[in-house]
Amino acid sequence: MAYSDGSEPFPTAIKLVIAGGFGVGKTTFVGSVSEIGPLSTEEILTSASIGADDLDGLGDKSTTTVAMDFGRITLEPRLVLYLFGAPGQERFWFMWDELSAGALGAVVMADTRRLEDSFSAVDYFERHDIGFVVAVNEFDGSYRYEPDEVRGALDLKPHIPVVLCDARQRRSATGVLVGLVQYLLSTIQSHP
Amino acid sequence: MSLAQDETWFDDDAGRLVRPYTVSNGRTKPSFHLDLLSIVAATGQIRQAQLSLDHAQALGLCHHPVSVVEVSAHLRLPVTVTKVLLSDLVDCGALTAHSPDPAADPTNRNLLEALLDGLQRRL
Ligand SMILES: Nc1nc2c(ncn2[C@@H]2O[C@H](COP(=O)(O)OP(=O)(O)OP(=O)(O)O)[C@@H](O)[C@H]2O)c(=O)[nH]1
Ligand SMILES: [Mg+2]
Repeated sequence: MAYSDGSEPFPTAIKLVIAGGFGVGKTTFVGSVSEIGPLSTEEILTSASIGADDLDGLGDKSTTTVAMDFGRITLEPRLVLYLFGAPGQERFWFMWDELSAGALGAVVMADTRRLEDSFSAVDYFERHDIGFVVAVNEFDGSYRYEPDEVRGALDLKPHIPVVLCDARQRRSATGVLVGLVQYLLSTIQSHP
Repeated sequence: MSLAQDETWFDDDAGRLVRPYTVSNGRTKPSFHLDLLSIVAATGQIRQAQLSLDHAQALGLCHHPVSVVEVSAHLRLPVTVTKVLLSDLVDCGALTAHSPDPAADPTNRNLLEALLDGLQRRL
C-alpha cells in the first residue's frame, strides 16, 4: 500500500465556479471538460448557514442539502484545476461563500429561455468582486439572442464578456474557460 | 507506530459522529478549518483496522494526496460530515492536510498564464 511519506508532491489546486439556474447545463459543462466524473457531492444547510430561526420550521431531523458537481483537469503534474458547478439562485448562497473562496473566476451560464435565472449569480459575483464571463448556452428551438441582447437583458457592465457555447462540446466549453482566463488576465493588466 | 486499541479516542465514535441528515445531534464543525480543496494524504502511522468504519473508509481513500471534496464524493457523504471525519484523522495522526496554495489568487499573473496555456493545449 502506498503512503504519502512527504515525498509525494502536493499539487497546487485552483478553482473556477460554474453557476446558473436549474437545467442550464452546469453538469454537462463540467462533464465535458473534466478528466473525471463529473463527481457530485452535497452540502448541508445547517442552522449556522442561515441562522437558527430559519430551521425551526423544519423539525428535528430535516436538513436541506444542495448538490454540487465538480470536475478536475490536470493541467500540469503540479497544477490541477477544479471546476465546481452549483445552482446560482439566491437561496443557495449559503454555500457560495465556501465555493467562491479562493476561486480565480466564474462562468455564469445563461439559458436564453430563462435569462432571469442568471440574475442572482451575476449579482453575487459582482458584489464579491469575482471576475466572471457569461456563457449563453443555446438550446435547440430557443430564440437566438445576440450577445448584446443578453448583455442588455442581464444589465451587464460593458467590460464583461458574453460568449455563446454548447456545453455538450468539449471544445466549446474549454473555449469558454479560455475566454474567462483571458478576461481575468486583461483585468489585472488594466489595474496593475 | 501504533495507536493502542484500547485508547478511548475513537471508541465512542458511533454516537459522536455526525450522521447525514441528523446534523443537530452531532458535530457539524471539524476541529480545524478544511477547505473543499485542502489536500489530505495518509501518513501511514495509523492502520484502518484501528479506526471506526467511517474513519477507516475515509482513510482508505487517502493513500495518495486527494482533495477533501473528492473524498466527500467517493464516501457519498456531505462535505460537512466528511470534513469532521478528516479532521479527526488529522488529529490522531493518520492524515496530513495541506491548505490550498495562497498563491492561487486571481491577481497572480504567472498562475493565470499557466492556466491559459494548459487550457489552450486542450482546445
Ligand atoms: N442543446 C443543448 N442542450 C444542452 C446544452 N447543455 C446542456 N444541455 C442539455 O440540457 C439538459 C440539462 O443539462 P444539465 O447539465 O443537467 O443542467 P444542470 O444545470 O446541471 O441542471 P441542474 O443540476 O438540474 O440544475 C441535459 O439534457 C443536457 O443534455 C447545450 O449547450 N445545448
Ligand atoms: Mg446539474
